[in-house]
Amino acid sequence: MTRFRCAIHIVPRRGILDPQGKAVADALHSLGFADVSDVRVGRHVIVETEATTADAARARVTAMCEKLLANPVTEDFEIASVEHA
Amino acid sequence: MKAGIVRFPGSNCDEDAFHAIADHLGQDAVYLWHKDHDLQNVDVVILPGGFSYGDYLRAGAIARFSPIMQEVIAFAKRGGPVLGICNGFQIACEAGLLPGALLRNASLRFVSAPARLRVESIATRFTSQYHIGQVISIPVAHGDGRFTADADTLARLEGDGRVVFRYVDADGESSASANPNGSLRNIAGIVNADRNVLGMMPHPERALDVTLGSTDGVPLFASILESMLAEVKA
Repeated sequence: MTRFRCAIHIVPRRGILDPQGKAVADALHSLGFADVSDVRVGRHVIVETEATTADAARARVTAMCEKLLANPVTEDFEIASVEHA
Repeated sequence: MKAGIVRFPGSNCDEDAFHAIADHLGQDAVYLWHKDHDLQNVDVVILPGGFSYGDYLRAGAIARFSPIMQEVIAFAKRGGPVLGICNGFQIACEAGLLPGALLRNASLRFVSAPARLRVESIATRFTSQYHIGQVISIPVAHGDGRFTADADTLARLEGDGRVVFRYVDADGESSASANPNGSLRNIAGIVNADRNVLGMMPHPERALDVTLGSTDGVPLFASILESMLAEVKA
C-alpha cells in the first residue's frame, strides 16, 4: 500500500445561485477587474489515503465525494490531483 | 404519544421541542442521543434545530451519518412520522429523506425574524389542524435556508401538493420581498412522497405562547397528536 495525497475541488453547480461568488465578483468589479464575468466559491479538500495504485486512490476518493464530500444536488466535484504523499 | 427528540452535538432547539411535546401537548418526550441506536419505541421523531457538528462541511452533512440517524431513516421508511425543523430539515435533506438542499441565504446574512407563512397543504399529519391558505406567523432563525432543487423535483413537489409552507407577504402573496432566504418558489417546508416526513425552516416550537409573539405553532403539534390518536383508533 502506498500513501496518496488527493486534492479535490468542490464548486456550486453552474446555474445554482452562488451568492458568495456573486459578492466576490462584485468586489472584483469595484476593484477595476471589469473583465471578470463569473466567480463561484467552493471548497478545496485534501485527503491522504492508502491505496495500491493512484487509480485505486482516485476511485476511493471519487466514492468519498459521492457519499459525503460533495452534495450531489447542488455541487460538482473534480479530483484535481493524486500524488504520492 | 411518545416523541423522541434527537440530540446531536450542537443541537440547540432540543429543549424547546421537548417543552412543546411535554408541556404543551402533555405527552411523553424523550431525548435520543446521536450515538445511540435505540429509538426507545417512540411514535414520532423530531430532528431539532441547531448547528449539529458545527455545520462542518455542509449543514447536516455529518449528522446524517450518526448512529441514531440510521434508525431514524429506517423508521421514516417504515412510515414513522419525522419532523425536521431548521437544522433538522437540512439533516433530512442530506439523509435523502427529503429532496433538495438548503443553501446559504441569498443575502449571505443570518436571518432571525418572524416569518409569514401560507399553509399550502393540510393533507399531512403535521398540518391537518390548519386550514388551507391560512397565513400564520412562525419565526425563522438560520443562515442556510435557501431551498434549492432541480426543475423536475420542483415540478414533482408542486404537482403532488408536497409544498406545505410558503413564505408570503402581508397580502398573502409569495413575493420576492417576503422570501427571507432566496428559497426557490418561496418554499419554507415540504413533505416526502409518503407524506410522513416534514421538513421546515421556520420554528413552530417557538410559536406556542402569546408571550413569545405567536401561538401559530400550536396546530402543528396538535395535528401530530391528532394523527396519532386516529391511528390508535384505527
